[in-house]
Amino acid sequence: MVSPAVAVLERHLCLYRRLWRASAFSSFVLPVLFLVSFGVGVGRYVGEVGGVGYLAWIVPGVLASTAFQMAVGDSTYSVLGDFKWVRGFHAMRATPVGVRDMVVGGLLYALLRVESAVVVFLVVAGVFGALRSPWAVVTPVVAALLAVAVAAPVMGFSASIDHDSYFALLFRFVMIPSALFGGVFFPVDQLPQVVRPLAYVSPLWHGVELCRAATLGVAPPWPVWVHAGVLLVFAGAGGVWAVSAFGRRLRD
Amino acid sequence: MVSAVLAARVSPARVGAVVGRNVGALRSGPAYWLVLASGFFEPVLYLLSIGVGVGALVGELRLADGRVVEYAVFVAPAMLAVSAMSGALSETTFNFFFKMKYAKTFEAILATPVRPLEVALGELAWAMTRSAVYTGAFLVVMVAMGLTRVGWALAVFPAALLVGLAFGAVGMAVSTLMRGWQDFDLVTTGQFALFLFSGTFSPVGDYPPVLRVVVEATPLFHSVELVRGLAAGLPGWGLLGHAGYLLAMTAAGLWVAARRLERALCR
Amino acid sequence: MSEQPLIRARGLVKRFGDFTAVDGIDLEVAPGEAFGFLGPNGAGKSSTMRMIGCVSMPTSGELRILGMDPARDGARIRGRLGVCPQLDNLDPDLSVRENLTTYARYFGMSRARARARAEELLDFVQLRDRAASRVEPLSGGMKRRLTIARAMVNDPDLVLLDEPTTGLDPQARHLLWERLFRLRQRGTTLVLTTHYMDEAEQLCDRLVVMDGGRIVAEGSPRSLIGTYCTPEVVELRFPDGVDPAGGLEGIGRVDPLPDRVLLYTGDGDAAVAEVHRRGLVPSSVLVRRSSLEDVFLKLTGRTLVD
Ligand SMILES: Nc1ncnc2c1ncn2[C@@H]1O[C@H](COP(=O)(O)OP(=O)(O)OP(=O)(O)O)[C@@H](O)[C@H]1O
Ligand SMILES: [Mg+2]
Repeated sequence: MVSPAVAVLERHLCLYRRLWRASAFSSFVLPVLFLVSFGVGVGRYVGEVGGVGYLAWIVPGVLASTAFQMAVGDSTYSVLGDFKWVRGFHAMRATPVGVRDMVVGGLLYALLRVESAVVVFLVVAGVFGALRSPWAVVTPVVAALLAVAVAAPVMGFSASIDHDSYFALLFRFVMIPSALFGGVFFPVDQLPQVVRPLAYVSPLWHGVELCRAATLGVAPPWPVWVHAGVLLVFAGAGGVWAVSAFGRRLRD
Repeated sequence: MVSAVLAARVSPARVGAVVGRNVGALRSGPAYWLVLASGFFEPVLYLLSIGVGVGALVGELRLADGRVVEYAVFVAPAMLAVSAMSGALSETTFNFFFKMKYAKTFEAILATPVRPLEVALGELAWAMTRSAVYTGAFLVVMVAMGLTRVGWALAVFPAALLVGLAFGAVGMAVSTLMRGWQDFDLVTTGQFALFLFSGTFSPVGDYPPVLRVVVEATPLFHSVELVRGLAAGLPGWGLLGHAGYLLAMTAAGLWVAARRLERALCR
Repeated sequence: MSEQPLIRARGLVKRFGDFTAVDGIDLEVAPGEAFGFLGPNGAGKSSTMRMIGCVSMPTSGELRILGMDPARDGARIRGRLGVCPQLDNLDPDLSVRENLTTYARYFGMSRARARARAEELLDFVQLRDRAASRVEPLSGGMKRRLTIARAMVNDPDLVLLDEPTTGLDPQARHLLWERLFRLRQRGTTLVLTTHYMDEAEQLCDRLVVMDGGRIVAEGSPRSLIGTYCTPEVVELRFPDGVDPAGGLEGIGRVDPLPDRVLLYTGDGDAAVAEVHRRGLVPSSVLVRRSSLEDVFLKLTGRTLVD
């Protein structure tokens, strides 16, 4: 007897089989290209940041940011589409699959995709000599936590809107600012004092700092449990929101 | 040749009707004015993050010609070119394809006297209208931040529009060749690769020679060079070459798009 | 077991905001029965079906499906139902076969069982030659057949079919009727809605006619015709400009439609003779046995597809 959530995951995987070529390229190759272009290209002009070369400094940032973007990518258009156009969730609703299974299945899928991309990226980063500590092995765990912390609330958002133009607002006002100012490219300390709290409330920043602590073997700016706690709260609250938003949308 | 074709076949009123339909559709979507207005927000964020944030780490940059500039001065024009490219591409690939394939907008339009080429031009004109607004706003920010001078900004404006036009035309041609959404991942990927390797973040002179040769053949490189040269106030014959490249790209894109549309829809 | 109805509703109500879509209906469907909903557009058939399918909760009233309460045991009930919704919700990017197997997995079937069941159902709805193709480019009727096959994937005890044959060509419709008949013979309970009177007469042991959220009549097709109709109907057409209504009085119940006049009577031929005897000259005359359609027209006061 399979768990219904696994059945939902299998459906996502079945769909993925059709699209994997293009998306494999964007999830495995693009982060590496980015590393080359930015880490190496710009790194040449940057001295040391936090006591290490720029490439080693941004590797954990790019890794967390990749996890972040993939988690968002898997929980926006595809979720709205399954409510609005494909009605895949309505199909599931007529079976023993429950609302919670739909959310969990979606999260499992996002996790699988993020983890595979993160592992490939780590290997490449290792080849570049950017992993400075054995703690680097925990980055996939951090990436998983980050992925759920982001995918869950975004799924809730996607289930609550009725038009895809709201995604443009989500991207512009939440996702892109996070990616640009969440400590991926330069330390958050450089931000003016007034906007720094905005970085602190972004799950990406906490993920970046934990990853950076792991690959460089240094202490993160805040205690590890605080960073992890913030991510757990996002994941938990986001999950509750997603389940209730799915339930509301499928009620009638 | 293309201009002769255009002159012979295109009615400005009908192109205008296609643009008008877009404006109407736009105003019907929820929060759309906010979406439209916030389109300007995005490149400015990039400018602040990469130009100012990373710029603080980089400090100054010594260019191949010996000039030393602040990093923000170096990347800002590239950001502008990239934003012109992605604005035009999103309008002409993603949205255009959606209308062609699913919304059947074009079939409905083409059942009227409007011709395919006019549809194509109307879509492009619409993309350019948005692009002009964003470009103008971005240039205002650049001037305010002291990254270029007002006079040169006025010269950059048409150059950035040309960048949008060239990518818009090619984007349209590409979307007539698309088989399905899967192919859009390829477009996005290609676009991202151009973004990474067109002398955007660091001078092309730093690239290994082989990569350099490849990069110098790609359109975003020419766009970045053109915009950067004008923004820095360094006009030269080389800029004409870059502009020529973009003009040729526009003509080729339009030609292919019109041919393909004609074939796909008029039988 | 046979004593307990599979579906039992008492005073079932469904409201959307202050609009009442289903207005206090009572129903019982026994195991093995084939039960049909008829009714004009917007009558509340789909709303009722969705409550029976446990995807929409009743606003008030009592509902038991398979002896269980949808509010508490929704998932368990749905595990034993097969649902063909009015609007297809197939996965357009998956193949025909994959649509069946992924759906089977939602019911917790093993992979091997899901695959085997998919193969059986491909034959059942004659989609074997399209098994590997994506769903999106299939014709509307093929999609409909796939949706119906999908509803059978878990070997349901109760199958809910909301307008199963709308959009099917005549061959596919007859194929489906034959398949549904076989299902019934195996003891599967069927509940369906339809706009086709012939379908209702063919498939259903018992029908209800809904209108405005209420049940306005109930019974077997024959008994409904017996109750609400005379055995025969005469359809008369008159040349333009002739208004015969008054002249027909007393021959039978007269129902003037825009294009023809229906005359309900026990003996059609006698009625026609009487029409002629009164000196009326119809441009065409048709005597036929009365059908559900006549019941429907009488009860809802409208033509079916309006
Ligand atoms: N989710 C909903 N929200 C609001 N109103 C609804 C909803 N679903 C149905 N209705 C309304 O309830 C009424 C009954 O709809 P229903 O779909 O049950 O009709 P039906 O008998 O199935 O009609 P048809 O023959 O057209 O399928 C209609 O007026 C419809 O507009
Ligand atoms: Mg209905």
